[in-house]
Amino acid sequence: MKELSIELYKKVFLIRTAEEKICEHYMEDEMKTPVHLSVGQEAISAGVCAALGDDDGQVLGTYRSHGIYLARTGESDKFFAELYGKATGVAQGVAGSMHLSAPDQGFLGTSAIVGSIIPVASGAAFANKMQGNGKTVAVFFGDGAIDEGAFWETMNAACLMKLPMIFVCEDNDLAVHTTKSMRHGYKSITDVVSQFECNVLDAETTDVEEIYNLTLKAVELYKENGKPCFMHLKYYRYREHVGVFEDFDSGYRSREEFEKWNEIDPITTQRQRLIDDRGVSEEQVKAIEADIINQVNKSIDLAKAAPLPDRAEIFKDLYA
Amino acid sequence: MRKISYGEAINEATMQEMERDPNVFVYGIGVPDHKKIFGTTAGLVEKFGDKRCFDTPLSEDAMTGFALGAALNGMRPIHVHARIDFLLLGINQIANMMASYRYSVRGKLKAPVVIRVVVGRGWGQTFQHSKTMYSAFAHIPGLKVVMPTTPKDAKGLLISSIRDDSPVLFIEHRWLYYATDEVPEEPYTIPLGKSSVLREGKDLTVVATSWMNVEALRAAELLEKRHGVSIEVVDPRTLTPLDDEPIIESVNKTGHCVIADNDWVHCGFGSEIAARVNEKSFGNLKSPTKRIGFAFTHCPGARELENAFYPNAVDIIRSVEEKLGLPKTDVDSEEFYSYERKFKGPF
Repeated sequence: MKELSIELYKKVFLIRTAEEKICEHYMEDEMKTPVHLSVGQEAISAGVCAALGDDDGQVLGTYRSHGIYLARTGESDKFFAELYGKATGVAQGVAGSMHLSAPDQGFLGTSAIVGSIIPVASGAAFANKMQGNGKTVAVFFGDGAIDEGAFWETMNAACLMKLPMIFVCEDNDLAVHTTKSMRHGYKSITDVVSQFECNVLDAETTDVEEIYNLTLKAVELYKENGKPCFMHLKYYRYREHVGVFEDFDSGYRSREEFEKWNEIDPITTQRQRLIDDRGVSEEQVKAIEADIINQVNKSIDLAKAAPLPDRAEIFKDLYA
Repeated sequence: MRKISYGEAINEATMQEMERDPNVFVYGIGVPDHKKIFGTTAGLVEKFGDKRCFDTPLSEDAMTGFALGAALNGMRPIHVHARIDFLLLGINQIANMMASYRYSVRGKLKAPVVIRVVVGRGWGQTFQHSKTMYSAFAHIPGLKVVMPTTPKDAKGLLISSIRDDSPVLFIEHRWLYYATDEVPEEPYTIPLGKSSVLREGKDLTVVATSWMNVEALRAAELLEKRHGVSIEVVDPRTLTPLDDEPIIESVNKTGHCVIADNDWVHCGFGSEIAARVNEKSFGNLKSPTKRIGFAFTHCPGARELENAFYPNAVDIIRSVEEKLGLPKTDVDSEEFYSYERKFKGPF
């Protein structure tokens, strides 16, 4: 238990640190890639990704997938090199911030078109089912994606075909700046979805361990009843939709709301648990943090010094 | 050699590939029902079961993305659409996802998807059951677009498409399903990206796509008989990647080029051919390239109006006569393709 708790803390802390470092360096204008930061969302990326190991899970995400990439790989050298558009990046600068992937670690990829990765996840789950490999596919998407037809079409097909997959709805109440109350002609997504032949798990939590356990529960439920899972997770997006700034003064949300969520911040919550309940000393936690900060700083230095990609990259891997 | 139809050739290719590779599966709206997509999916569910040949919800968008996901995990899906008009509901998955996926993951994953789609003319289909629009798809990098005319090409090109590791849009004209020709029984491949000279000639080049090759060959036959001119007919077969060498070689030889397209002319595939002929064969041209295709309006329902919308062999004959300075021959006594001879039911 202690080991897992530390592991999960390392993941959320790596994500938070990387995102904060992006904020620190972004205005140097060397990272010429639109960033959709995962700050506030770390527990979901880390909890789900950790519960589905490389051998028993695959994940797919959106343009807001720094958290998934970092949780899945634990590495930050290629990550930053990609943001800096360098040859040493995840995808040699082709992908940028919005199209991260790590197929070797089961992170199949992302889409920057809202909702469009959801059907792809269902096909991946179908293949796993056909191959009988026992893998679960988790697909991450925001509450904006549930406005898209692709979401409903895929829910229907996945339930009909009994696909081993988890729909992870990361609900921050916002589609860019538009709240659910301005977008939805129904009361509750979980009520509607509960009419499908699926399992529904609903939580408003920033606790990475709770999300880890919920994910395991979704996998267990599939083993019991062969139904995919709709996992509805509320969270709060700390920064603007795209970019590194806070935007509590823009009129569409309030700082008070942020402060309420900040009190149960996913990083401080898990940090406190390590010290209070898991017998990890403050010094040990600080040592873990120092290692990660060091890793990220080194990654940024490496990325800045890395060579630019070869222009021939633009024709590579277009066709098989 | 035994003769089979274009539809049977597609069915045979699918059957043989499903036997060869357990990762191949076929699905789509109506795929296993009693009509069997013009017979092309006949026997598949019976032989391979409903796990490898199945119907889907009416969700073209999601079911197109589904193909991509299955392919990323090692399967080789064949997704079938009875009309390209319906496939437009899935174009987001093709243009935004499938075509760029391998590129975005730097070749670590591949997307061997075949999308089989039916185009073209029945009768009375009007404007939402008759589109072709292949130039829109040929425009997208990362996607291959294949459009065979002959039964032999249909089989060989479909097998190549299934074995190809890139996503392929495979376009079949409804009327071609009944074309019959010699087709080898054993599995064989015809490489994607190779044009084919369907008829050799020396006076004028017709570049034709899909059904228009049938019209072009009939036109060539009559032009030879009436005017003694010799027409070369080139079928690109694959629109992307396009092999323009046989086209340029032909135009260099004849000096004249008519493009008979099975789509709207404006911004159509024929425009690409015209541009390439202009770029690569300008000095050899004795006349400007001529494009023939659908009228730039929506396909009407009434038979009389359809005839004003669709191009045919006579349009090709008139274009050739104009180019070569020949008088208009009287074609009233000649027989041209008539769909009344083939179809009686709603179609």
